[in-house]
Amino acid sequence: MAAGLFKSELKNPVLRWVDTRLPVITLMQKEYGTFPTPRNFNYFWNFGALATVTLLIMIATGVFLAMHYTPNSTMAFASVQHIMRDVNYGWLIRYVHMNGASMFFIVVYIHIYRGLYYGSYKFPRELLWMLGVVILLLMMATAFMGYVLPWGQMSFWGATVITNLFSAIPVVGTTIVQWLWGGFSVGNPTLNRFFSLHYLLPFVIVGVVFLHVVALHITGSNNPLGIDVKGPQDTLPFHPYYTVKDSVGLCVFLAIWAAFVFFMPNLLGDVINNIPANPLHTPADVVPEWYFLPFYAILRSVPNKFMGVMLMFASIGVLFVLPWLDTSPVRSCRFRPIYRILVPLLVVDVFVLGYVGAHHPQGFIILLGRVATAWYFLHFLVFTPLVGLFETPLPLPESIAAPVVRKSPSGGGPIPGGAVAKPMENA
Amino acid sequence: MADTLAMGDHGSAGHGPKDKSKRDFLVMLPVAGAVIGAGAIAWPLIDSMNPSGDVLALASTEVDLTPIAEGSGITVVWRGKPIFVRYRTPKEIKEAEDVKLSQLIEPQPDSARVKPGHAQWIVLIGICTHLGCIPLGNKPTDPRGEWGGWYCPCHGSQYDTSGRVRHGPAPLNLWIPPYQFLNNSRIKIG
Amino acid sequence: MRMRIIAALAFLMAPAGGAMAQDAAPLLHSHWSFDGIFGTYDDAAAQRGFQIYSQICSACHSMKYMAYRNLAGIGLSKAQIKAVAAAVTVPGGLDDQGKEIERPGRPSDQFKSPFPNDKAAEAAMGGALPPDQSLLVSARDGGPNYIYSLMQGYVTPPPGVKVPDGHYYNKYFPGHMIAMPPPLTANAVTYADGTKATLAQEAHDVATFLTYTSYPNLDEQHRLGVKVMLFLIFMTIVTYIAKRRIWADAH
Repeated sequence: MAAGLFKSELKNPVLRWVDTRLPVITLMQKEYGTFPTPRNFNYFWNFGALATVTLLIMIATGVFLAMHYTPNSTMAFASVQHIMRDVNYGWLIRYVHMNGASMFFIVVYIHIYRGLYYGSYKFPRELLWMLGVVILLLMMATAFMGYVLPWGQMSFWGATVITNLFSAIPVVGTTIVQWLWGGFSVGNPTLNRFFSLHYLLPFVIVGVVFLHVVALHITGSNNPLGIDVKGPQDTLPFHPYYTVKDSVGLCVFLAIWAAFVFFMPNLLGDVINNIPANPLHTPADVVPEWYFLPFYAILRSVPNKFMGVMLMFASIGVLFVLPWLDTSPVRSCRFRPIYRILVPLLVVDVFVLGYVGAHHPQGFIILLGRVATAWYFLHFLVFTPLVGLFETPLPLPESIAAPVVRKSPSGGGPIPGGAVAKPMENA
Repeated sequence: MADTLAMGDHGSAGHGPKDKSKRDFLVMLPVAGAVIGAGAIAWPLIDSMNPSGDVLALASTEVDLTPIAEGSGITVVWRGKPIFVRYRTPKEIKEAEDVKLSQLIEPQPDSARVKPGHAQWIVLIGICTHLGCIPLGNKPTDPRGEWGGWYCPCHGSQYDTSGRVRHGPAPLNLWIPPYQFLNNSRIKIG
Repeated sequence: MRMRIIAALAFLMAPAGGAMAQDAAPLLHSHWSFDGIFGTYDDAAAQRGFQIYSQICSACHSMKYMAYRNLAGIGLSKAQIKAVAAAVTVPGGLDDQGKEIERPGRPSDQFKSPFPNDKAAEAAMGGALPPDQSLLVSARDGGPNYIYSLMQGYVTPPPGVKVPDGHYYNKYFPGHMIAMPPPLTANAVTYADGTKATLAQEAHDVATFLTYTSYPNLDEQHRLGVKVMLFLIFMTIVTYIAKRRIWADAH
């Protein structure tokens, strides 16, 4: 065997010939076949796989939609109608893609919640978490630009409002906005570049997802107990145990997605987007899609334009530094009596923000929006560090395989060294 | 998903052979379902590339024959392709009918290339069967080649008044599109 | 629409009355054959609706995303479609002299618009542009019920409300002041199939037709959807059984 060639253990001579020179088969077996995975995952651990499948379905349907769509402001709306009416199964492909955006956000938001609740962002998975936040940002940009493409009233005015956010930047704001537009208002150049970027960004997401998975396979998965894997008795090979468990979740997920596509395809959309874009007439209610509503509420919670925009970006930005804001030595909320209440409360808070984002900012809604925004930031910037310092965690189990709780002599007894995340102060 | 086939091998120690075959079936069922499902997902995507409803609706063209003078032809467009419609003179018809089939590259009688009772009208897809150029010969001023039909400027193929190839490199006669006479002066192509 | 999403999330129920509501009366509801997961269009009602569209609505409203061939979806025969299309003249491109010519319509043509462009329509209609009807149902909150209600919503304005010139009072229209004169009255059309043309019947029929023009693939969508759901439920069950089997030795 020549130097540098990989020693493949495959039996099939053709596959071994390939694998010797390009060990992708061995790699796949290692990373998705025998990959040691904690044996105690619950169904929350399905959502990473679901997000991957959703991304692939979105790319596949998107590529085929692009074969029929025309990115020109005079023809875009009609070309979408052409897809809906004349292209074979065009209506199906578009409904899958349209509702797929919502499904993608549902899956990713639950995936994020999983990370928050079980402390998956903590040592040693900080970078894994941060790559996830990058994926979220890319998804938001992609979804926003995709929503502009049908060139309906909400497309047009959504694009106008969101691009105008950048005008809040002092001094260069207007210049930046005109650069984004390619003109002095949202128009054909804007549509054309949004189409180009909407096609490009999903492939960038694929790249970052790849890094996300690489980082995951270096650190290994977290698990519902939040303690480290001690040995082979704590793990199972990824295949078949988790391939089949992910498949169960996938079937349920696809059934929900299909229910939307076939029986309520327009429920999550806005009727106003079935009116062609009219640059001279703003609709009565400019509201973003549901998945942006909480951020929209944060934007509107401050009467100052610049501060509102800053706060909105900060609401995502704070996720980047979360690994260093959380001071608790324990990962999983199962063993954190106070934080396990705060994390679901944050979800309620985000729902409240969503409710506020869907309504006209007047009277009680304004107050509610401000309280909810304040709570959102208090959660991350104040509660998370303080609770970590003062909370007494419950005793942790010895290992995943033997979830026997060690009797601690006095309340917060010694915690087994390897079973906890190292607080960053000591790292 | 295909490598799920290997599932049955895992951790089956302690189970009898009967149990194992049952397990294999229970594991194969969702795998087979997934294969069917993947095919069902692929089909709408593939079918979306086929001609769409509006394209299919334009798949037929009607042609009025009255403005065509005897001895000349016109070109109309059907499905994006040029269609030659030529009004043949009695002399041209006779030439086309009298030729010996053994002399032809692709033997075909003239009667098989026109509609009965309408021998003066020849309707052809105007695309050279060699490499897809459009032959000359519809206008009386065009070169029509040695056999009085059409002449392809690209590589010199020649066709007779029935659109049959008489001189290579084209291997086949000009194709006839599906068409029918609606009345004596109107045809519908497609 | 937003309200429904919030409700779907089972979250805070108080409707905070956005500007969309604008104190319009709650919509009338009719029974729609196309509702529900097995719903299909009632072709007879849609054809009666098409009769109303062609005799009344089409005088002012365009329907530019519909082609005559699409009428096959509500059960018109090829010959009927050909006759409907041939009744209009459409631009036929250029003749041999380069002049624009007109020709009778063909099934492949889009519905002919009553005005050459939006500007002309606006000018002829006193400044109010009659919206294109191909997507009207999908572009209004309430969908078919909105059309059904609007057609029956022309009432005497409440005392003290002044209706500006060229407008009419409609209790279901957001803001109430609508520029469209009451389009339908009882017996505004004589139905070919002998159905009694009451106002409610006409409103129902035209709303059915307009729903078809907004969602021409709804029948296929429901038919395919039932099959896909059955398949996915089957897959969920067999995959879950396989999961239980595989995990049996891991516990």
